[in-house]
Amino acid sequence: MTESNKLPSGQTRIDSLEMLNITKRFPGVLASDHVNFDVKSGEVHALLGENGAGKSTLMKILYGLYHPDEGEILLNDKPVSIASPNDSIGLGIGMIHQHFMLVPTLTVAENVALGLPSTRGFMTDLDQVSKRILELAKIYSLKIDPDAYIWQLSVGQQQRVEIIKALYRGAALLILDEPTAVLTPQEVDELFVIMRQMVKDGHGLIFISHKLHEVVEISNRVTVLRDGRKIGTRPTSEVTKQDLANWMVGREVGFIPDRGVVDRGEARLELNNISCSSDRGTPGLRGVTLEVCSGEILGIAGVSGNGQRELAEVIAGLRKAASGQVVLEGQDVTGLPPAARADRMLSYIPEERMRDGVIREFTVAENMVLREHEKRPYSRAGFLNLGKISRHADELIKRFHVKTPSRDTLAKNLSGGNIQKVVLAREISRAPRVVIAAQPTRGLDIGATEYVREQLLEQRRNGVAIMLISEDLDEILALSDRIAVLYEGRVMDIVPREHATPEKLGLLMAGVHLEESVSVVK
Amino acid sequence: MITDLFSTTVLIGILASGIRLATPYLYAAIGETFSQKSGVLNLGVEGQMLIGSFAAFYVAFTTGNLWLGLLVAMIVGALMGLVMAFVTVNLHAQQGISGIGFYLFGLGLSDLLFQRLIGNVETIKGFEKIYIPGLSDIPGIGQILFNQNILVYGAYLLVPLAWFVLNKTTLGLKIRAVGENPDAADSLGVSVARVRYFTIVLGGALSGIAGASLSIALLNVFQQNMTSGLGFIAVALVYFGAWKPVGVLGGALLFSMVNSLQLWIQVLGIPIPSDIAVMMPYVLTILVLVATVSRVRAPSALTKPFERDE
Repeated sequence: MTESNKLPSGQTRIDSLEMLNITKRFPGVLASDHVNFDVKSGEVHALLGENGAGKSTLMKILYGLYHPDEGEILLNDKPVSIASPNDSIGLGIGMIHQHFMLVPTLTVAENVALGLPSTRGFMTDLDQVSKRILELAKIYSLKIDPDAYIWQLSVGQQQRVEIIKALYRGAALLILDEPTAVLTPQEVDELFVIMRQMVKDGHGLIFISHKLHEVVEISNRVTVLRDGRKIGTRPTSEVTKQDLANWMVGREVGFIPDRGVVDRGEARLELNNISCSSDRGTPGLRGVTLEVCSGEILGIAGVSGNGQRELAEVIAGLRKAASGQVVLEGQDVTGLPPAARADRMLSYIPEERMRDGVIREFTVAENMVLREHEKRPYSRAGFLNLGKISRHADELIKRFHVKTPSRDTLAKNLSGGNIQKVVLAREISRAPRVVIAAQPTRGLDIGATEYVREQLLEQRRNGVAIMLISEDLDEILALSDRIAVLYEGRVMDIVPREHATPEKLGLLMAGVHLEESVSVVK
Repeated sequence: MITDLFSTTVLIGILASGIRLATPYLYAAIGETFSQKSGVLNLGVEGQMLIGSFAAFYVAFTTGNLWLGLLVAMIVGALMGLVMAFVTVNLHAQQGISGIGFYLFGLGLSDLLFQRLIGNVETIKGFEKIYIPGLSDIPGIGQILFNQNILVYGAYLLVPLAWFVLNKTTLGLKIRAVGENPDAADSLGVSVARVRYFTIVLGGALSGIAGASLSIALLNVFQQNMTSGLGFIAVALVYFGAWKPVGVLGGALLFSMVNSLQLWIQVLGIPIPSDIAVMMPYVLTILVLVATVSRVRAPSALTKPFERDE
């Protein structure tokens, strides 16, 4: 320990911060139930829990976005009141939000300066801000260009801007809300380097995640929350991943789903040299050739925004291919509309389930027949057979364990996991031949994730050809038979599961060709 | 004769009145630029202009004090902006619909007050043209640019001023951030509500001046619905100008020049049906909006109410 209590940024250290008996009620929910939590200077304290466990609520209280109904916060053993982000920032608390709080049309310096008083009164002092940003960047070895616009930066770089923004405001204690969710494995490593440096310098870090291996790797202590209650706090060295998972879910969970052995059959979906543009008009896919066979899961790995969305949409018929062919079971469907492809038993689980997967204002039952509502037995001569639709919905709710008050509940009132179950039920119950699953478990908790993965494997056992597009490498590795890596709209490589490692895929995801992986291309 | 249009005197006349006619568009559209930049679509501009227009005229008519009239127009415009801000910021009203409500309110109230307080069409002596020694004497240019009244000059000065505020001040940074990503601004302690209140009230005050510029500087009368859609054009000009003051200036000039042209066509008795002539600026608006629609993206949070809890 140094004799000074200053951090390299010049800010005073926060030796300890304690949250005591924090209780927060929302209508109908006890989001935080007498939770105690503390963090000290020089440690990473991980906060672990499923969606809705109360992690975010607790941190939003600490950051001043929510006000607790009960409880108090002690900073260096003195009670403090935090009524707004201004208060928490003033106390030296910074937060890196899961969804970056950056304005894309502004520069790095403008984002950092936003909301701060300027040395020039009412005029901005961006040159001064830039200078200080570069100083901080040097101290913490973060590479950053103050004049770059946010929209020009990669996700990893944007996260660095968020960190700089917090440091600029004098953060001694930093809350990182699922900071790794959007990063490549290499970017995660870089982040961890930065985090370790900050901890060494005397910062306190709160690390929120539901990725267990990251928690085990980076944290000194870990606290598990479930249903708004604290399950326990332990030194990380004393717990295993399995312990943590069981505490989170409240029961024994299996980590690696049982894949079973399935023989790979005939090619059901073939893409020949597909190119298309992205929403911005830039090239989205550049000559993608892939095939997915009966009884296999083809994993599509890649950093977000490298053509995954375009790929799914071109296959589903929602995006026009500029060139190339989409072939479904030997038939060229390139020019066919989405409905005609669905009629050939192509099912599609879209990435944005709230936007593209369900109609929020429709009931569960209505959402379940969206695909088939024009066909018998659900309608006849244009009239809906409401009885059949209701029975169908009840059946699927039961079969897919959808937690919903009734079939007439609006989709928007279900949790993310249950909405995904509604989509799955609709897409899988029709006995598809090919399934495109885009980010099927993103944002779901462990229980729901487990369920979705199990369903996909079940379909694979039934001989369905499945394309699994996911940014979660663990998921890709756990489920896929072969893994194709997308980078800037191209297939970098297709790696059989046996030869795939996170490191190898990570390099491919970053656009690096590997000699050894080139040799395994089929 | 159509050839009359091309005499020097007429051309100077067209340009001079084009410069002058851009005045109400500039005030209203610059005000609207501020509120849209902060994420609020104020469709009530027309109503605010009508009220401002009447208030200025009534005060000037009864007291003879033009400046007092202008001040009152500004205040009532700002007051309407305040109500609009409450409805959109606090009550999260659907902005397109509440804006139409404010328009109808302004239309009805200005007419009611006009019937009750004045009754028949009266004229007043509005702001005089200001002679600037030297500049006003330049042949042609002096006639076109420097032979105008104070509100016209004010409108053009507003353009660089608005640019400066939006791009060079901390306030402008806040306004732009709130219109693009209010969550980000909120997380940094910027009060989204306060910024939006400011821009909507400012927009209201400027709309009030825009209305006043018609009734006490350009036309010097007040009659029912005298803005006749001008406020809506101003909203369109903000889109046309890609949310930039200088773009708004370009749009306002293009529009007012065409308007001026059609007025002169009528004055000169050129045999084009007057209805067609009057349509010209509006047809132009539609064409221009169609042509420019995909060019620039609107502020991301435009028309979206901000609420902290997701």
